[in-house]
Amino acid sequence: MCLRVDNHVILDCKHPNKEVEISVDGKPIRAYEGEPILAAVLNAGIKINRYTVKRKEPRGLFCGIGQCTDCAMVVDGKANVRTCITPVKAGMVIKTQNGLSKGA
Amino acid sequence: MLQKDILVIGAGPAGLAASIEAGKLGASVLLVDLNMQPGGQLFKQIHKFFGSSAHRSGTRGYDIGKQLLTEANEANVEIWMQSTVIGIFPGNKIAIEKGFDDGKKEIITLQANKIIIATGASENAIRFKGWTTPGVMGAGAAQTMINVNHVKPGQKIVMLGTGNVGLIVSYQLMQAGCDVVTLVDAAPKIGGYAVHAAKICRAGVPIRLQHTIIEAIKGTDGCVSGCVIAKVDEHFQPIPGTEETIDCDTITLAAGLKPTMDLVKLAGCELTYNGVFGGYIPLHNERMETSCKGVYVAGDTTGVEEANTALEEGKIAGISAAEDLGLISSETAGQYRKEIWERLHALRLGPFGEKRMVEKEAIMKQYKEKIGAPEPIL
Repeated sequence: MCLRVDNHVILDCKHPNKEVEISVDGKPIRAYEGEPILAAVLNAGIKINRYTVKRKEPRGLFCGIGQCTDCAMVVDGKANVRTCITPVKAGMVIKTQNGLSKGA
Repeated sequence: MLQKDILVIGAGPAGLAASIEAGKLGASVLLVDLNMQPGGQLFKQIHKFFGSSAHRSGTRGYDIGKQLLTEANEANVEIWMQSTVIGIFPGNKIAIEKGFDDGKKEIITLQANKIIIATGASENAIRFKGWTTPGVMGAGAAQTMINVNHVKPGQKIVMLGTGNVGLIVSYQLMQAGCDVVTLVDAAPKIGGYAVHAAKICRAGVPIRLQHTIIEAIKGTDGCVSGCVIAKVDEHFQPIPGTEETIDCDTITLAAGLKPTMDLVKLAGCELTYNGVFGGYIPLHNERMETSCKGVYVAGDTTGVEEANTALEEGKIAGISAAEDLGLISSETAGQYRKEIWERLHALRLGPFGEKRMVEKEAIMKQYKEKIGAPEPIL
């Protein structure tokens, strides 16, 4: 699945940074260095970033500007990372967050 | 402790304009913002702006953003991104948390003689059955994804709301290659400008008025696989028997915005409720100063409007802060403000704008009666 925008009438959608590999729940995906983790994850067709604490309900992109925390994931062992305002670095290990992911 | 003449919070059009004006007048300005890049929501505005040439009509939002960043650089404005203000204390002492969520964050404290709060606004959510399902999101969130990050939030979109945000984002989703299935609005009339609605109609996308979404359907993958819409009566209540199921993987909500009040409240600024401006806003005077001495506001924080009014208000806040620092005479500052207010009046015309002008004046009158002279942060 690829959701990248290309051939846009106004925008030049060529990403200035190099393409790197990161992993999400053990699966390798391609991403551009410096883009929000959420963009790379979404492009790979992954729409669920976390499950809620009590009712284990799925959550995904909602505000896209760091305010709602619905896109939080576990990044390199650190939980509660707002993926919409955290940039990709090569080799990042990303996991879907379950609840608070304590001790993740 | 770090010391600055002016701390500006929020690097959108209002914060950038305030920083540039104050920086040009010789103030040491620190501009902080929690996002990855400065510019606020300007870089997702890929359409051409309206208005007069004084307001750069015909220029696309992201080009205005680029120009502001150049001007900020020339005015020696220091910009810290990934920086969230987490405390405002008496004596204008500020605590800032700096760093990305995945790294180590540091807490920096500083003292700023003047504080300009330009934290913008956030999108309103509409609650219906299943509204928290992945695939339901703010229209602005979808717009950020396509226009800034160049990734589509989904393939088949249903837009709730036909205000200017709903109309413009629908069109931009089409430009990005998404299939916009329909727009839905409970009101009997399209909310936004006809010129934007016409683009949607020309593309053959139906706009369903007097309809609302009553349920987001969750697919086997846990994400949106469709929605149920229904016709509403004159009290906006769904009429039983009019339900219709629509296939989609994304539902975008364009139901207006509300001013972001967290830091204004933290500073202890006196608030007032105003429906036209989207909710609670800080009382302010024509210098954009709040009830707290040396704390100014600008942009959507003072009531939801648009980028051009935010730019103009930002300039006023920057000039007033510089004036209170003694960097510019009151006479010159007053003259600048007079010119800017004339331009603001020109922006607040027409059936949508005039209401805002009347309300702005009422807010300033209320300030005069209730506050009179501002007091330092307690």
